[in-house]
Amino acid sequence: MRGTSYAYAGTRLPVLADIDLDVEEGRVLAVVGPNEAGKSTLCLVAAGLAPASIGGRLTGSVVIDGDETLALKPHEAAQRCGILFQNPATQLSGTTATVWEEIAFGPRNLGLAVDEVVERVAGAMATLRIDSLAERDPNRLSGGQAQLVALASVMALRPSTLVLDEPTSQLDPSGTRLVGDALSRFAAETGTAVLIVEHKTGLVARIADEVAVLVAGRIVQRGPSSDVLGDPVLEDHGVDPPPAVRVGRAVAAAGRAADLVGLDLAALESEPTG
Amino acid sequence: MTAPAILLEGVTFDYPRGPRALDGIDLRIEVGQSVAIVGQNGSGKSTLVRQFNGLLKPTAGAVSISGRPVGSRHVAELAREVGLAFQNPDRQIFAGSVRAEVGFGPRNLGLPDAERGAAVDRAIATVGLAGDEATNPYDLGFSRRKLLALASVLAMGTPIVVLDEPTTGQDARGIDRVQRIVADLVADGRTVVAISHDMRFVAESFERVVVMRDGRIVFDGTPAEAFAQKSWPTLASTYLEPPLPARVGARLGLGATPTEAALVAALVARAGSET
Repeated sequence: MRGTSYAYAGTRLPVLADIDLDVEEGRVLAVVGPNEAGKSTLCLVAAGLAPASIGGRLTGSVVIDGDETLALKPHEAAQRCGILFQNPATQLSGTTATVWEEIAFGPRNLGLAVDEVVERVAGAMATLRIDSLAERDPNRLSGGQAQLVALASVMALRPSTLVLDEPTSQLDPSGTRLVGDALSRFAAETGTAVLIVEHKTGLVARIADEVAVLVAGRIVQRGPSSDVLGDPVLEDHGVDPPPAVRVGRAVAAAGRAADLVGLDLAALESEPTG
Repeated sequence: MTAPAILLEGVTFDYPRGPRALDGIDLRIEVGQSVAIVGQNGSGKSTLVRQFNGLLKPTAGAVSISGRPVGSRHVAELAREVGLAFQNPDRQIFAGSVRAEVGFGPRNLGLPDAERGAAVDRAIATVGLAGDEATNPYDLGFSRRKLLALASVLAMGTPIVVLDEPTTGQDARGIDRVQRIVADLVADGRTVVAISHDMRFVAESFERVVVMRDGRIVFDGTPAEAFAQKSWPTLASTYLEPPLPARVGARLGLGATPTEAALVAALVARAGSET
């Protein structure tokens, strides 16, 4: 995105203003920010859905794989960029009777050979450990299960770019870790560029190469993950620091920082406890 | 002795053509308690709380609210006692403005106009939506739709408030706000039950933690007990993990420190005893 601004149809004020952002192949860029900053809108614009599918006014440039999204047909944009919506209920196709068919729905529509479809569905389900849901009705899943199925459906499309709007919001802590690990691996192994909007800064600290802070439609800060997440100004923007940063600060504020010397809080946070 | 706010005895629930979601649940929640229900995705948490207000009726076993069995009571009558904010606000929101949405419940309860107006204004202000009374709910972002759904429940003034994942999608200020709302409800003597995957919120805001796995309760105790090191394998068995302060406390040999405040207090106390 270069100098990208966007206003929804029928509104005057842009929700996004003068955004410069880019994600390289195989890298993970996280966008954090307070509620109503425009994070979900950023996802729609980055994936080429806004304005193509919902109207509105876009100025500046949004390029996926070298082509302006405005010049792409919707199916072309969809093949390059997969998007996971915040609410998994809006993602499920509503046309399939089982989770397996739901995940196969996208790859089938790409016109892939049956063997390839089967392999992709199996791969995505194994990655997210939802094999046991294969026969379940996709409309009768718990919130977190639906979120994993929606994510598997997008991963099975193997897009070159993946845009994720709070993919772990309804997941239990282990599910969150699993998705984080899966995304890191997915980006590294397939060269997929990942743009992720996420409130859980502990997860962001683990998987993001770079972090951008979006406040009131503008990028106010951007840099390597550890720099941005450790910056005290983050809280002023309404973003919670990662647990390791919070705990370190709370202990230091009580004058006991020396007690934590030699302890890697970030590593401790991600140690398995089973 | 006062009747418990919520009493479940041997509750089992099977979804039609689906798996067994609850399997012999015994649960007693006293009036004024704050209880967090945690457990892996699909462990039955949302199904459990839907038994409280009669949205789902048990396949076997019995549910009582404020000492009276749910079986014979209408959902509309239970709505006066149990307010439930759904995990997905869009399953709840239907009105054309924030004010109409929040006013729907109190109107159905038949509150007098003046009292109703005050309850609606208070609930809207409490969740931070003052100024947005005329806004169409679908012009609000997801996080504010969640807060709107919460306001709709608060406006009912029910003695029992049930929140399904209230912090999901909230930023730091939103989580603070939800924590304040829970604290105020508890201070007001209400019974608060919340489902959450946010272990910091659970440890800081609730006096009791109920852990579910595969439709059963596998642990029931205080946050200090739930996040103490000896409980970690139980937590892991249902895909949960202790929050970071609990891990730090265990590593430093401080015992159970489920919150940042408890960790700091334990460090300060240890330093005091050493000098």
